[in-house]
Amino acid sequence: MAVATQAPVQEGAAAPSALRALGARWSRIRPFEIAFWVVAIGAAFVLPRGFLLLNELAILALFAVSLDLILGYAGIVSLGHAAFFGLGAYCAALLAKHFGMDPVLGLLISAAISALLGLVTSVLVMRGSDLTRLMVTLGVALILYELANKLDWLTGGADGLTGVTMVPLFGKFEFDLFGRTAYLYSIVVLAILFFIARAIVRSPFGMSLQVVRQNPLRAAAMGVAVNRRRAAVYTLAAAYAGVAGALLAQTTGFASLDVLDFHRSADVMLMLVIGGAGYLYGGIIGAVIFKFMQDWLSGITPQYWQFWIGLLLVVIVVVGHEKLVRPWTWFRRGHGGKQ
Amino acid sequence: MLTILFDGIAYGMLLFVLACGLAVTLGLMNFINLAHGAFAMAGGYVTVLAMSRLNVPFLLCLPLAFLVSALLGAILERTLYKRVYGQSHLNQVLFSIGLTFMATAAVDYFMGSQQQFLQLPEWLSGRSEIAGVGIGHYRLFVIAICVVLVVALQLILSKTRFGSRLRAAVDDPRAASGLGININLVFLSTFAFGSGLAGLGGALGADLLGLDPTFPLKFMIYFLVVVAVGGTSSITGPLLASLLLGIADVAGKYYIPTMGAFIIYCVMIVTLMLRPQGLFARAGGK
Repeated sequence: MAVATQAPVQEGAAAPSALRALGARWSRIRPFEIAFWVVAIGAAFVLPRGFLLLNELAILALFAVSLDLILGYAGIVSLGHAAFFGLGAYCAALLAKHFGMDPVLGLLISAAISALLGLVTSVLVMRGSDLTRLMVTLGVALILYELANKLDWLTGGADGLTGVTMVPLFGKFEFDLFGRTAYLYSIVVLAILFFIARAIVRSPFGMSLQVVRQNPLRAAAMGVAVNRRRAAVYTLAAAYAGVAGALLAQTTGFASLDVLDFHRSADVMLMLVIGGAGYLYGGIIGAVIFKFMQDWLSGITPQYWQFWIGLLLVVIVVVGHEKLVRPWTWFRRGHGGKQ
Repeated sequence: MLTILFDGIAYGMLLFVLACGLAVTLGLMNFINLAHGAFAMAGGYVTVLAMSRLNVPFLLCLPLAFLVSALLGAILERTLYKRVYGQSHLNQVLFSIGLTFMATAAVDYFMGSQQQFLQLPEWLSGRSEIAGVGIGHYRLFVIAICVVLVVALQLILSKTRFGSRLRAAVDDPRAASGLGININLVFLSTFAFGSGLAGLGGALGADLLGLDPTFPLKFMIYFLVVVAVGGTSSITGPLLASLLLGIADVAGKYYIPTMGAFIIYCVMIVTLMLRPQGLFARAGGK
């Protein structure tokens, strides 16, 4: 397995300027990206209604982007990403309820607390196999769920945390009933965080993450501090998920056990898989498709839409994502056989 | 005190029957099957249906549950699972979560979301006092069946030709297939057998664990704990792990009910941190 190959890294040192040009070309912002964000933010001013759905979309997208950071870039399979989402949600709700804190400040504090949890639990995802990681992340999420359930003096237990009233954004913009402010708030946060994430994954740090994902052993041999990279990105993703949760709590004025539930972790994974992991936009695309599909399916079969989601997952895996998004390859006999 | 121990053992034994199929599939093909609970649920529902609709006696239902789940396992293995073996762990997780969702929704659709109750025969539903220890007859029955199963499994694994093939395949699939062992066949039969055992466990546990459509998700973590803590290289590992888990869970819920399932999760995480390969892993495995 660990066949030594002559690392092409040596050449890079000889021609740093060429490499830099390559990097610049690679990380340039493309026109359709600009168009996408202009449309997304512009929608807040143009559309007459439908902001509640859009707001949820933006939040789910942020959540999926956060999972993409660890799954798509660092290759950590997590079944408990809802832990950070839920922690962020409860933090934001509690801060708003007891201190009447400004949303942005609340967002920052929630992010910091989630990041702290991420940092602490990142020790847990460094060791062992995929199965161990899966279980440990799942375990962390379950512990938080149990905590939120049992500490009902703080979190309201199974009834959820109600009576959260948000103070106006920056003391000026009231959260209106139609959710226009909420959506604008969420989409701007999403955009800012998205571009930070974009810059991070295209930096040398992001490249080293991909190396770690592809082959941890070789990465270590090349002098990449594997565990430290994993801890860093895990913490970052935790902060992102915390922000997503906090946004949800702030814009809906409510936090319940649902934010920590297992289905959150599974859903976000599904979103990312639908959209494709490892290029950040996959999270956004996946969130949009997932949400519309969920709305559509639960319109047809209110109680059983999970069945179709499950079916979709099975089909994606059995047929293969690559093949599914390229319909023109459906009737072609595999590309020269299976690898 | 001893009653709790007894209940814990019964619970642990049940977990073992439910989870040992998972241990084998995981060890054999390195496949993370989160849908294992769905087979257990199938067994439970078969029992409930057969008893309430067709008046099949309870003792006959148990082998029936085993057979139906095993058949289901074999069919799914041939049609779906075998396509996913070689894929990444992420895909395996997604695939089996998808299956679990489907099973949950389908059962919900056909049977309703309420909890199903099992009408136990009279000779099993009593409870007697032996030397100051309250012993539920049904729990005693469960323990007896599980002990027989454990002994039988151990004998199959260690004495028969199939057992040695299986162990060879678990240790090193490539070398085993090089020696002329038909890995696919071994795996198919093991998967079916493991699913069948899960079904049997589901049938036995319908009364103790409660049976409703969320069963596969609710107990998924327990199965995983058993497998992760016990390791996959023998059946003694999972057995000890499930006994430990069963006793700890029952005792924890009895003495410190406010902590709930908390202790289990913490113990699991700590164990996995200290011994990522499981408590009872054999040195020199893969």
